Amino acid sequence: MKFIDNLKNGLLKENPTFVQLLGMCPTLAVTTTASDAMAMGLATTTVLISSNFVISLLRKFIPSKIRIPSYIVIVAGFVTLIDIFMHAYAIDLYRSLGLFIPLIVVNCLILGRAESFASKNNPIDSIVDGIGMGLGFTWALTLLGIVRELLGAGSIFGVQIFGEAFKPAIIMILPPGAFLALGILIGLFNWIKSRKTTRV
Amino acid sequence: MDNKLIVSSSPHIRSDETISRIMLDVIIALLPATLASIYYFRFNALKLIVLAVLTAVATEALIQKLLKKPITVNDLSAVVTGLLLAFNIPSSAPWWIPVIGSAFAIAIVKQAFGGLGHNFMNPALAARAMLLASWPVIMTNWVTPGPEAVSTATPLAILKGEAANQVLPSLKDVFFGNVGGCLGETSAILLILGGLYLLYRGVINWRIPFTYIGTVAVMMLIFDGGFNNMVYHIFAGGLMLGAFFMATDYASSPVTPKGQIIFGIGCGVITSVIRLYGGYPEGVSYSILLMNIVAPLLDKYTSPRVFGEVKQNG
Repeated sequence: MKFIDNLKNGLLKENPTFVQLLGMCPTLAVTTTASDAMAMGLATTTVLISSNFVISLLRKFIPSKIRIPSYIVIVAGFVTLIDIFMHAYAIDLYRSLGLFIPLIVVNCLILGRAESFASKNNPIDSIVDGIGMGLGFTWALTLLGIVRELLGAGSIFGVQIFGEAFKPAIIMILPPGAFLALGILIGLFNWIKSRKTTRV
Repeated sequence: MDNKLIVSSSPHIRSDETISRIMLDVIIALLPATLASIYYFRFNALKLIVLAVLTAVATEALIQKLLKKPITVNDLSAVVTGLLLAFNIPSSAPWWIPVIGSAFAIAIVKQAFGGLGHNFMNPALAARAMLLASWPVIMTNWVTPGPEAVSTATPLAILKGEAANQVLPSLKDVFFGNVGGCLGETSAILLILGGLYLLYRGVINWRIPFTYIGTVAVMMLIFDGGFNNMVYHIFAGGLMLGAFFMATDYASSPVTPKGQIIFGIGCGVITSVIRLYGGYPEGVSYSILLMNIVAPLLDKYTSPRVFGEVKQNG
């Protein structure tokens, strides 16, 4: 039961994007297309699971005074792996995400989970937490990417949805569109949540 | 006898100023320019204005119904927003431009922040900025007034040297509105007429419009080569519309007299800088939006000291 709770925690109850508002930089910057958003989410998930696991293993050895630099070194190690891996096997994605892959190091979601979960729990629970939080981040980013790509370019995952008559609103794939779409999605998320709580 | 003695708490001085009366005054002030835009741009102008106003009112009613708030479309504020938005659209725009713009202005900029009086920037201008960023080609496709509606450039674009081999229209045409541009911005004299009516009715005061236009005039005189260009900069483009009807929006401009003067000067400086050195030929809408954002700060630093209050650490 605890596994499922841990999973649900990240996916819905404490969703990193819609509830905790963590990791806003990639959320706003790379959700111009659904595929970029999903790739960013999955890359972050991979780093998060690995770093949660390693930090949880080392949690008794890291002195608390230098824990933040230690976590950063561990996270940076995994991000470098992802960076090199994507450069080798997914060069198009690597080019379109650009600087935002190395910037996963400073994603506060990863450090936040290291600090608040992995440093206090056993490795198995930490992995489950990483999966939950990472997938929660991924679906939120993908949804944002779908909304923005649909309105801003008329396509989803690069597939054109509307005909010639549809004139895409370019603002949705510009920075203001990210704020607009995120604000409206958070509003919807809270609205659905509040309806659920009043019904129970 | 009992009814004659009314006991009530302050305020005791009452005025017949209501939101709907003020909004009605704004609509009356905009009427000459509205008629002129229909005269110059024919059926297209009428279609766009009607669509913008209807969508604004319908969106307001719909959002208030969804949020279970009292429906206040009778206060006419949505009509003013719709009308001002239509004034910011070129006459060649397709029908869905005013619809999306009005819905955005009311739903996102006005109601999402709490409705009338709570919007932090001018809804019509924010919607114009959104439309311009989304559909830049449609929003800058100017046509000449009259039945032919040939593609043209605005006087300000010609002045900036962006439109090759187009002749600058005469000052008389600029003054009466017989030039290319947004629906409501072309006729300077009718906008000034409306502005004077608002000043006479006390709906707006002189501070923002006069400091705004004055600052633009002074800056253009100094930095853009003399009197002739200055006159074009003042009467062509959206300066009159912006200074009298947009920058004076109650909710998004400062309340204090000093703050209003700084607000007007700030708008003028930003407009001039955008027109002279920026990428766009016109900068009225962005300058007002930028100053809208600092309006609360201006109010904070210019609010008069409460009588008897002692300055701390003074």
